[in-house]
Amino acid sequence: MSSSPRIRKIGIFLFWIAVWQIAALLIDNSIVFVGPYPVLRAFCALLPTPGFWLSVGRSLGKITLGFLVAFICGLATGSLAYHFVLLREFLEPIIRLMKSVPVASFVILALIGIGSANLAVFISFLVVFPILYVNTIAGLENTDQKLLEMARVFSIAPAGRIRCIYLPALLPYLTSGCRIALGMSWKSGIAAEVIGVPSHTIGENLYMAKIYLSTAELLAWTIVIILVSALFEKLFLFLLEKGVRICFRFS
Amino acid sequence: MLPFQLKIHNLSKTYGELLVWNQLNLTLDSGQIYCLMGSSGIGKTTLFRILLGLEQPDSGSFSLEPPPGCKLTAVFQEDRLCEAFTPIDNVFLTAGSVLTRRQITDELSRLLPRKSLTRPIYTLSGGMKRRVAIARALLTPSCGILMDEPFTGLDEQTRHLVIDYVKEKADGRLLVVATHQEEDKKALGGILLCPFAETVHASETAPFGLC
Repeated sequence: MSSSPRIRKIGIFLFWIAVWQIAALLIDNSIVFVGPYPVLRAFCALLPTPGFWLSVGRSLGKITLGFLVAFICGLATGSLAYHFVLLREFLEPIIRLMKSVPVASFVILALIGIGSANLAVFISFLVVFPILYVNTIAGLENTDQKLLEMARVFSIAPAGRIRCIYLPALLPYLTSGCRIALGMSWKSGIAAEVIGVPSHTIGENLYMAKIYLSTAELLAWTIVIILVSALFEKLFLFLLEKGVRICFRFS
Repeated sequence: MLPFQLKIHNLSKTYGELLVWNQLNLTLDSGQIYCLMGSSGIGKTTLFRILLGLEQPDSGSFSLEPPPGCKLTAVFQEDRLCEAFTPIDNVFLTAGSVLTRRQITDELSRLLPRKSLTRPIYTLSGGMKRRVAIARALLTPSCGILMDEPFTGLDEQTRHLVIDYVKEKADGRLLVVATHQEEDKKALGGILLCPFAETVHASETAPFGLC
């Protein structure tokens, strides 16, 4: 019984690959559209090259750095803004601005200001920070008021309140915020690299594939981006869960 | 603990137009168990909330005399436990300054099956949660405990076990138990308290008037 949904999934996957192949045969133009086989070949050709791993490593490193800094800052600022209403009102326009300005505008502005080397760090930060900030406040606002009353009656110390009341309330918001933010940071970080073209990055490779009209390579890199993004998300959520478990354990 | 009194003086409370009670006067002695009875909606929970400092009365005051820097704890109408944590963790959170985890485990295992003590609260049944909430209030240092319908969801046998435990652990403290059950009052050996009925005005002369 348990294998039947899996078989169905594989069937559906194969169906769409077949559709892709048929479409490629019908269009029959390797620049406009390529079939699954050339993409797979391009992907396999990439794997053994040192340049590939360097690019993936660099992009991943920079985007992750931006994400982590934004995660910590978003959490800290969100917590402070929850406690100090004035700070929250003060930050409101900035957060709105960060959420509404298109990433492309930020990229070009940042390109002028800080250059292309650390562009992805900055962009990933800009995208992630407001998501974490907003989700932190939402989570804290969702804290069970009855538990807070209980904490008052039983004079529970601030550390205990954070661990047993605030953190569990925050966790679902943090997880869903991270899920969105991880994907966004990765996609917008790569987009920034395509515009800024810093050397030895995924974005540069995408850009080069475009210049040489190498559609197969472009799609192969796209697969790389999807795979790394999925792994990155899984790994981070796993670590977050582990971290929280440690917090939930006493002594 | 030195004997003390909880004195409630001319306490009044209204919610908008609705008068909860007017000019309430009560004097409660430590070392006693009082049973607060009466139908729902007559302000039992509100009185507890005021005594716990969670709400302000419209007028009047209350005092703990002599005040040895002691405080009141409570079993709320809801369990109000930290759901992701174990019963031991929950009690340790409030009583950790005076009891070790070992002692807490021993105390809790008198009321709950041992296996349940290391499971998160959300996996426990309603009655088990209730017992954890009661144990937490009793094991946390305080000079008085206000219990708002503490025995709901407990079966006959557990109810007796818990009531005996409450009596043992009360230990000279002031206990006020809001309940609907006449049997609870009997089992606790409690003094009946119905300050909200017709006896309200006579309460100065007969503080714990008969219902």
